[in-house]
Amino acid sequence: MTDALTYLQGLFGAAWPLVWSMAKIVAIVAPLMLGVAYLTYAERKIIGYMQVRIGPNRVGPKGWLQPIADALKLLMKEIVLPTSANKGLFLLAPVLAIGPALAAWAVIPFSPELVLANIDASLLYIMAITSMGVYGIVLAGWASNSKYAFLGAMRASAQIVSYEIAMGFALVGVLMAAQSLNLVDIVKGQQGGVFSWYWLPLFPLFVVYLIAGVAETNRAPFDVVEGESEIVGFHVDYAGMAFAIFFLAEYANMILVSTMTALMFLGGWNPLFDFAPFTWIPGFVWLLAKVCFILFLFLWFRATFPRYRYDQIMRLGWKVFIPVTLVWILVVGAAMQTPYGHLFH
Amino acid sequence: MNFEMLVFYVLSTILLFAGFRVVTARHPVQAALFLVLAFFTGAGLWLLLEAEFLAITLVLVYIGAVMVLFLFVVMMLNLNIEKMRAGFWGNLPLAAFVGILMAFEMVLVLTVGGRSVGASPQPHGPGYSNTKELGRLIYTDYVYAFEIAAVVLLVAIVAAIAITLRRRTGTKHQDPAMQVRVKRDDRVRLVSMPAEKEL
Repeated sequence: MTDALTYLQGLFGAAWPLVWSMAKIVAIVAPLMLGVAYLTYAERKIIGYMQVRIGPNRVGPKGWLQPIADALKLLMKEIVLPTSANKGLFLLAPVLAIGPALAAWAVIPFSPELVLANIDASLLYIMAITSMGVYGIVLAGWASNSKYAFLGAMRASAQIVSYEIAMGFALVGVLMAAQSLNLVDIVKGQQGGVFSWYWLPLFPLFVVYLIAGVAETNRAPFDVVEGESEIVGFHVDYAGMAFAIFFLAEYANMILVSTMTALMFLGGWNPLFDFAPFTWIPGFVWLLAKVCFILFLFLWFRATFPRYRYDQIMRLGWKVFIPVTLVWILVVGAAMQTPYGHLFH
Repeated sequence: MNFEMLVFYVLSTILLFAGFRVVTARHPVQAALFLVLAFFTGAGLWLLLEAEFLAITLVLVYIGAVMVLFLFVVMMLNLNIEKMRAGFWGNLPLAAFVGILMAFEMVLVLTVGGRSVGASPQPHGPGYSNTKELGRLIYTDYVYAFEIAAVVLLVAIVAAIAITLRRRTGTKHQDPAMQVRVKRDDRVRLVSMPAEKEL
C-alpha cells in the first residue's frame, strides 16, 4: 500500500497534494451518492412493507436496479425553464442546495484517523455550512416566478431557520459535555459503552436534535414543502435533473443529520459495550449501523405520523424546543460545578 | 509569492468585485446575493489569519441568518427599480463627498499613529487553537465588557419583542394544552332513543 502511494507520489510530482485530496473527496462523495440512491430504494421498500405492500420489485432482481432506472429517467428529461424566470438564479439554486450538503462531509470523521480535514472547530464548520443550504430553497422559489413556488420557499426556509436555532442549542450542550468543538474529540469523549454516550446525560437535547433534524431536512411529518393538499413547494417548477439535484440534496442532508446524531449522541464508532465480542467489530461498521438505525427512524416517522399544520410546526420549534434546550444547557452547566459533574462528561 | 499570498489575492479580488457589485447590481436580490458572496470571501480571508472561530461565526450569523432575512424582505417588497434610480445624479455630489471623506478618515486611522496594520500576525504551531484563545480572553480579561455587551443585546431583544407584541382581540387561536386535555364527554353527547315503531 505504502509502496503504491510513493510510486503515485513520484508520478504526479508537485500536483500530488491536489490529486490526493481529489481522490479522498471522490472516496467520500461516491459512496454517499450510492447511499442516497439506495436510501430512496430502502424508503420505498420499508414504507411499502409498513403499509402491507411490496414496493418496487420490477427493475432488476427484487427491484434492486430501481434507483438506477430512476436516475437515468431524470437524466433524460428536459429541464423546463418557466416563462420570465430568472434564468441564472433558477439554475444556480439547485447548486446552492447540494453544495453545502456535500461540503459538510469534509470534516465528518469515520474513525479516529479516517477524516478528510480534522479541523479544530469542525462542529462550528458544519453548523455554518449547513446553514447555507437555505439559499438554494429561497432562490429556487423566487427565481421560478411563481406564487406557489415562492410561498413554498417562504414556508420551507422559515421552518429551516427556526429549527436551526434549536439544533444549534442542542449542539452547545454537546460541546459543553465534550469540552471540545472537534468531532473526533467529541466521539473520543464517549468511550466506554452505551451508558457513556451522550444520549443519556443529554437526553432532552438528543430528542430535540433528532426531531429538529427531521424538520430541518423537510421530511415527514414536517414536509409542508410538498403538501399535496395545497400544492405549494419551492421546487414545483423544476423538472428533470434540476429537480433531481434538490432530491439528492434532501437525502444527502438526511444522511448527514443521521451521521451527526450518531457521532454526537450515540458514540460514533465506539462499540455498544466495551468488551468482546463487541470490540471485534470494526468502528466503521458500528458508525454505519448507527447511521442506518437513525435513517430507519426517518422512514418510520414518515410511514407513521400525519403531517403537521404549519402553525403547529412553528409553535413546536419556537415555544417547545428552544426553551427545552435552553433549560437543559443551564442544567448541564450547573451540574458541572457540582460533585456529580463527571456524569455529564 | 507563496501559495498563501496567491489565495489572499484571489480572495481579495473576489471580495472587491462582490463589494462593487453590491452597489452596482440592478436588482436588489442580486445585490443581496453579492453581499453574501462578499461575506463568504471575507470569512476566507479571516481563515488565512488563523481566526477560524470568527470566520465560521461570520458565515453562521451573517450568511446563515441575517442575509436570509434580508433576502426575505427584498423578495417580498414590490420594488420599482426605475423609481429608485431616479435621483441618482442629484444625490451623486453629496454621496461622493461623504464617501471620499470616509475613505480619507480610514487612511488617516490606518497609517498615522505609529500603528502598522500591514504586518500579518506570526503564524502559530499546529497545537494552537484560536477558538480556545478567544474564549479564554473573553471570559477572563474582558469578562465585564463581554457581559455588558450581552446585557445590551438582551435589552435589544426584549425591546424588539415588546414592539411587536400587541394583544389583538377577536382572533381565533387554539390552545394545544386544552386540545390534549379534551375528553369524549366534552364533545359527544350520547342519546339513547327508543325505536320509533315495530316492523
